Amino acid sequence: MKELRLMKGNEAIAEAAIRAGADGYFGYPITPQSEILEYLMAEKPYETTGMVVLQAESEVAAINMVYGGASCGKKCWTSSSSPGISLKQEGISYMAGSELPGIIVNVVRGGPGLGTIQPSQADYFQATKGGGHGDYRLLVLAPASVQEMADFIPLGFDLAFKYRNPVMILTDGVIGQMMEKVELPEFTPRWTEEEIVKMSGDWATTGKTPDRERNIISSLILDSAKQEKHVKKLELKYKAMEADEVRYETFQCEDAEYLLVAFGSTARICQKSVDIARAKGIKVGLLRPITLYPFPTIPIHELASQVKGMLVVEMNLGQMVEDVRLAVNGKVQVEHFGRCGGMIPNPDEIVKNLVSKIIGG
Amino acid sequence: MAKVKGAIVINNERCKGCEVCVDVCPESVIAMNKNVNTKGYHYAMVTNENCTGCTNCAVVCPDGVITVYRVKVPTEVV
Amino acid sequence: MAVITREDIIKPENLVYKRTSLLVDCALSYCPGCGHGTAHRMLMEVIEEMGIQSKTIGVAPVGCSVLAYEFLDIDVQQAAHGRAPALATAIKRLMPEKYVFTYQGDGDLAAIGTAETIHACNRGENFVIIFINNGIYGMTGGQMAPTTLPHMRASTCPYGRDTETMGNPLKITELVATLPGTCYVTRQAVHTPGNVRKTKKALRKAFEYSYAKKGVSLVEIVSNCNSGWKMTPVQSNKWMEENMFPYYPLGDIKVPAAE
Repeated sequence: MKELRLMKGNEAIAEAAIRAGADGYFGYPITPQSEILEYLMAEKPYETTGMVVLQAESEVAAINMVYGGASCGKKCWTSSSSPGISLKQEGISYMAGSELPGIIVNVVRGGPGLGTIQPSQADYFQATKGGGHGDYRLLVLAPASVQEMADFIPLGFDLAFKYRNPVMILTDGVIGQMMEKVELPEFTPRWTEEEIVKMSGDWATTGKTPDRERNIISSLILDSAKQEKHVKKLELKYKAMEADEVRYETFQCEDAEYLLVAFGSTARICQKSVDIARAKGIKVGLLRPITLYPFPTIPIHELASQVKGMLVVEMNLGQMVEDVRLAVNGKVQVEHFGRCGGMIPNPDEIVKNLVSKIIGG
Repeated sequence: MAKVKGAIVINNERCKGCEVCVDVCPESVIAMNKNVNTKGYHYAMVTNENCTGCTNCAVVCPDGVITVYRVKVPTEVV
Repeated sequence: MAVITREDIIKPENLVYKRTSLLVDCALSYCPGCGHGTAHRMLMEVIEEMGIQSKTIGVAPVGCSVLAYEFLDIDVQQAAHGRAPALATAIKRLMPEKYVFTYQGDGDLAAIGTAETIHACNRGENFVIIFINNGIYGMTGGQMAPTTLPHMRASTCPYGRDTETMGNPLKITELVATLPGTCYVTRQAVHTPGNVRKTKKALRKAFEYSYAKKGVSLVEIVSNCNSGWKMTPVQSNKWMEENMFPYYPLGDIKVPAAE
């Protein structure tokens, strides 16, 4: 029987990782995600499941610990918030280049710079367009509830190992800090060394045994022709993700004449805006991308034939709106409404902006 | 009383001609060849039969190109 | 009277030394006379003699030895510049039954990776750090390193290292020896047969101590960079003895308490 608990998003994600059979968490304190490390240290999973929990000396070290563990075929993850995620970009790029699985949780806060500790979605570009140096993509999951915080950890590990690619869970201070009821996933045992060798023995550094060649984890390919071949191979994975892993949710879109597009906590707020608008007789629907990469381009493109205009609501100056415009490709008007710096849009001002920017009024 | 006699085999193609082996040989067995290998390096060569198989040259060779053999020789044979 | 010919001696039964088969049979990418090759060979001889090939995970750095994984016939991870101790921390914690080592140069370990080095040492992680100190950034073309000697020339201090503006060479080995998390800290060299043999003994001890959960073992190998120093290999080894060793004296700096 599943357990129902009242938890903070940050706690739920930590508990879910223990239950998902994660092997190692490597973190560094930063607001608003420090509860993740605190929860794990208090729960002591190293005494129960054997999961390693370590407070690293920096975000840079933490992501490189994930790199080291992932190279051994282990389920490893880290978490941070925006300024810390910037520091992790070096390691994330190396992980993508070396084709390593792993999860990076970004509980986004407002920026640029040290910014604010309040919630934001200003790291959309960084998360979905690569983030660090070089040609690569992360598979990006955007939870909109504490339940999804918990659910996306096992899902994230599945996808990370399926594609041998880092997965980012892009959430924000609202979801990280808020408490909701959450149905916790069942316990999955950690993989044994034998299982790891069976699953990942053809690439992971588990120790060179006489029955195989040595395994090397590296993103260094000095020969340009070979480097291009490698990047093209990565591209095939991204194409496969785009074909098979797009996840999204629609809300009252069946008869919608106007569409709101929003992810994460902003999508929760937009549900209320849909209700308010419909009470005023405006037929509005909501599309919530769950995977930010791969982006739900096709469903948005299809809805462009149905609706008269779209408003993209984000806690930033306008980032996802660019992907929506690419999907719509000029077919209908697409405008952006954003709050930033830690300010959260309220449902009424969203409706007001829909009317003023799209419907006309 | 037995005496030791050694011999070394140098992988000419892998030798980079650094000459580190030359100085460490107590019997002055090694010198550099006037010819070069396909990489263009003057490679080490054996110049006399005084090798005792002490392994100094092989141990210090950065590229590990020297293999050492050694036999005990009864004095009367020499 | 029988004469023993060269052919009589060169027979498998008379073999006393050959390059270990745990070094991949290919040309090393290092410059002629560079100590990296010798350090690699000693490392792999120790792994061979301890019979731990299948139990050893190495971490290669950025720098001249970035391609170390091409030469070492074991599983190896290549780290971002300076991050090798972070990788090794995770590997050893997740697979405590493995022998884990990092192989790092002076720029990697003592400049960009200072934090990772010191904190891994401070936590007392049970892996081995092999630190090649040649006082220069070799791979990128001979720039000043944290360990470049005072007044020594490099491409980014062409008039010599001015300690007034560039600081003094960092003795990071002595520094980490002060941390309780390190168990064995030693400084060796590989330019003479005697030094090579001592280095090998030090590497073996390092693997044994760290595997016995005593903490980090750090083996610094003071080495040459004849290309970066703009000397012949033989000249560079002499220069190293005369200039590097007085600043970086060879010998054990810290040994486990039991000894």
